[in-house]
Amino acid sequence: MSAVLLALCLAIALLLAVAALAAGNLLSAVIVLGAYSLVLSLLWAAMGAVDVAFTEATVGAGISTVLLLVALLHTSARRVAPVPVARWLGVAAAALLAAVLFWAAPDLPRFGDPASAPNRHVSPRYLEAGLAETGAPNIVTGVLGDYRGYDTLIETVVIFTAALGCWMLLSRRPG
Amino acid sequence: MSLDLSVLAGEAVYLVAFGLLALGIFALIAHGNLMKKVIGLTIFQTAVILFFVATSAKWQATLPIVPEAGAAGPAAGYMNPLPHALMLTAIVVMVATLGVALALLVRLHRRYGSFEEDDLLDRVE
Amino acid sequence: MIGGHDSVIVQTAVRLLLPWIRIFGLYVLFHGHSSPGGGFQGGVIFAASYIVLGLALGRRELERCAPERATLQWAAVGALVFFGVGVAALVGGGALLDYGSLPLPVPEGPALRAFGVLLIEIGVFLAVAASLTLIFVRLAKVAEEESA
Repeated sequence: MSAVLLALCLAIALLLAVAALAAGNLLSAVIVLGAYSLVLSLLWAAMGAVDVAFTEATVGAGISTVLLLVALLHTSARRVAPVPVARWLGVAAAALLAAVLFWAAPDLPRFGDPASAPNRHVSPRYLEAGLAETGAPNIVTGVLGDYRGYDTLIETVVIFTAALGCWMLLSRRPG
Repeated sequence: MSLDLSVLAGEAVYLVAFGLLALGIFALIAHGNLMKKVIGLTIFQTAVILFFVATSAKWQATLPIVPEAGAAGPAAGYMNPLPHALMLTAIVVMVATLGVALALLVRLHRRYGSFEEDDLLDRVE
Repeated sequence: MIGGHDSVIVQTAVRLLLPWIRIFGLYVLFHGHSSPGGGFQGGVIFAASYIVLGLALGRRELERCAPERATLQWAAVGALVFFGVGVAALVGGGALLDYGSLPLPVPEGPALRAFGVLLIEIGVFLAVAASLTLIFVRLAKVAEEESA
């Protein structure tokens, strides 16, 4: 986990997010969002989260970009008004959220600490007993399919419900 | 010197995640264009995923895939797999909500002809 | 309208590549047990094969290969396979989704549990691939109707 790679990916991701939101043209914004997803997936691969990076690269940089482009396909309204800085509610909400989070940041566990709270309790058991109990060397698949199987079941129902909802919302009646 | 850079880069991950969260909330509330709101929502969701993945990282540890033969080694040598599994679910839910949001947007555009919130509010009345 | 790509090079290349994309998607599904991957990633790659088909060969061809009702039914089949494995575990005497009690001729222990995980990953693969393909086909059809 190289610190230089982390810093580089973070800087590029932040720049791309700002660019996606500030873009005047919706087409540019969608493409930049695809680039942002790809840089984030590189960042997660650099942090050792390969399954998450794989999924984000296919879903975020691939499928999401295509879906957004198809939704934009026949709209003529591509030009967007510049960022409305008069929307003080947005700035206030963002500032409040940022203030609370930055105030709590020193209390977070140190990044990369193997003995931090999220890395204790049940997670070492998954790593040490995972292969013997679930039979899967890829511990993430073991956790997803075996230890936390109920979550995966409900999530499958969620993706099916989304497709069903999309199908029903866009049924054939025009106007 | 290298240790200081690592510590800085590590804490920067959390701070960038918080910055992206604030950016997403700002876009969701302040932008008038519905498509920009959807983009802001996506940035917000990916920032949450970044935060969780950051809590699972460990220095000098490898991927959470244990060798099939032989000893697995101590748990501190592998990244924490639990947030990874939770975030996999989160990414799939992200694309599911994106699909439904785009269906709503496209239907609104088909009916009222615009993505701008102000125009839509005028035309609905 | 997604009318397909004009260039015959793109169309031929896509026709030749499609089986390989699908095999790769299936590989990611089956090998997710011991390498990064699994049902979700494989399903998304399989859906991407249909999206590439639609973009290169046109919406008519996509409609012919992935008719909407059938795709929705495949998505439901995926969710039901997952739930069915859970119910089979109940029938076998254990709790819901307790793979150790699946009534299958596989020896007890990690081998049986790994087989259970594979079965549910197949269910997830079908559900995710069909759902994403359906969302794309629907949005593409609306884009065509708007231009008409």
